[in-house]
Amino acid sequence: MSVFDLKLSEIHNRLHDKQLSVTDLVEQSFKRITDTDDKIGAFLTLNEEGARKEAQALDAQLASGDERGLLFGIPAGIKDNIVTEGLLTTCGSKFLGNHNPIYDAAVVTKLRAAQSVTIGKLNMDEFAMGGSNENSAYHPVHNPWDLDRVPGGSSGGSAAAVAAGQVYFTLGSDTGGSIRQPAAYCGVVGLKPTYGLVSRFGLVAFASSLDQIGPITKNVEDSAYVLQAIAGHDERDSTSANVEIPDYLSALTGDVKGLRIGVPKEYLGQGIDPQVKERVLEALKVFESMGAVWEEVSLPHTDYAVATYYLLASSEASSNLARFDGVRYGVRADNPSNLLDLYRRSRSEGFGAEVKRRIMLGTYALSSGYYDAYYKKAQQVRTLIKRDFDQVFEKFDLIIGPTAPTPAFKLGEQVGDPLTMYLNDICTIPVSLAGVPAISVPCGLADGLPVGLQIIGKPFDEQTVLRAAHAFESQTGFHNLRPALS
Amino acid sequence: MSITKKDVEHVANLARLELSDAEKEQFGDQLNAILKYADKLNELNTDGIEPTSHVLPLANVMRADTVKPSWPIEKVLLNAPEEEDGQFKVPPVLE
Repeated sequence: MSVFDLKLSEIHNRLHDKQLSVTDLVEQSFKRITDTDDKIGAFLTLNEEGARKEAQALDAQLASGDERGLLFGIPAGIKDNIVTEGLLTTCGSKFLGNHNPIYDAAVVTKLRAAQSVTIGKLNMDEFAMGGSNENSAYHPVHNPWDLDRVPGGSSGGSAAAVAAGQVYFTLGSDTGGSIRQPAAYCGVVGLKPTYGLVSRFGLVAFASSLDQIGPITKNVEDSAYVLQAIAGHDERDSTSANVEIPDYLSALTGDVKGLRIGVPKEYLGQGIDPQVKERVLEALKVFESMGAVWEEVSLPHTDYAVATYYLLASSEASSNLARFDGVRYGVRADNPSNLLDLYRRSRSEGFGAEVKRRIMLGTYALSSGYYDAYYKKAQQVRTLIKRDFDQVFEKFDLIIGPTAPTPAFKLGEQVGDPLTMYLNDICTIPVSLAGVPAISVPCGLADGLPVGLQIIGKPFDEQTVLRAAHAFESQTGFHNLRPALS
Repeated sequence: MSITKKDVEHVANLARLELSDAEKEQFGDQLNAILKYADKLNELNTDGIEPTSHVLPLANVMRADTVKPSWPIEKVLLNAPEEEDGQFKVPPVLE
């Protein structure tokens, strides 16, 4: 068993008892990465020197007996769209191949305060656009459960690194499912917090009305620890919510008696793999056995969510990615004849196909004559989708369904067919549009591949989401399943 | 409604992208497929429905009007592809 399979509290006990040092933890990470990452491809940049120096400093602090941070000494990986001062941050794009940020993202500062150790930066679909990690400009990520399959995306590296035991936890970002779907495909726990709970200062923006940062971990308790460390108001992100941050760990009571669960019929209908549906129905029986009650409900606008999302997210992306102009950072085309030529060629050489496709779609949807028909229309449908959730949450504490309609698919299987690829996000996108929190937890296997259960909560009610997820994993132990990867 | 090659060129110009002929054709086909799929939103009557730009009840968040230190110029220019005299350098805008 790897030391990374221990509970965080147990690691801290061993550090305290001198059975383990922070240097041991960090070296375990680098060794595992050396042993496995030529097969997985989860990392884009390693922070070897920095992490080792950090480990030494933390070991010295350990010896002196000073007070320790919440995530003291824990090796972490960070998705490559979260900026880290002096540590290459590429967003999985050639455009930012040489980009050394001059500041830390808010979550990186918070992790520093909690005293985790940053091991490196994780592979992702370019600018977080994709659901398979095949849009990385560098190399694809392979699913640790089956190296011929995708890890999901866009936080594919973040999910695969945890599943492969390369680091203890990672941060991902989720715009339409980019934390939850890869967590489901890789058999780990992925939490997308409520929109506004975690500061996006220093997260390279994709779709600003949807982007959220969240943890990917091996169990729900760790998810609560990391969320505790990174949640909170930040005036540098004007859409950061000014809410009281509760004690997430104290929410993990194991008690779900009387909890009311709505199960949307749209999430178990057409397009859902029969084995995935079976695992979800079994999970509902587990909740029943623990004293929760569930009922079928309807989110009637589910079928419109993917179209709504691709119009809104691409529109926002086309605006956000205008900053990549070859003037202040990133690549610049050689010998530009004038400024316009510089913009055009730098962007065309620096961006991959999916990024260009979405910029084109978004630019079209925002362009004169089409704004009302596409962008405004999608914003109105978003209102209807959000109302669906509001109505169910009047009567229910949680909504439960699958995270993704199928288990991980094969590398190359859906390349060249963007629309099919987009439909993998059919169960996560509506949740993102409504801005509510959701977690994906392992709920068993289908033909040897992990299946994720999605537990969705009311805005800023991460506590109930975590409580239910924790009770479920304690009862079932599915989170202890590991890929056979040697 | 169908996107023509001319539309693709117009949008590419707005987006400051330079596309090859193969890309123009491919993106044209794919955008048509995606927009055709998006047309299903027209099945819904949205008359009088307020658009949602984002879900938080926040608008016009202001910070206190106080002077704070900025990053030093050397740091800001650290990633500049080309710089001169503490400024980002670009090719001539006016010939």
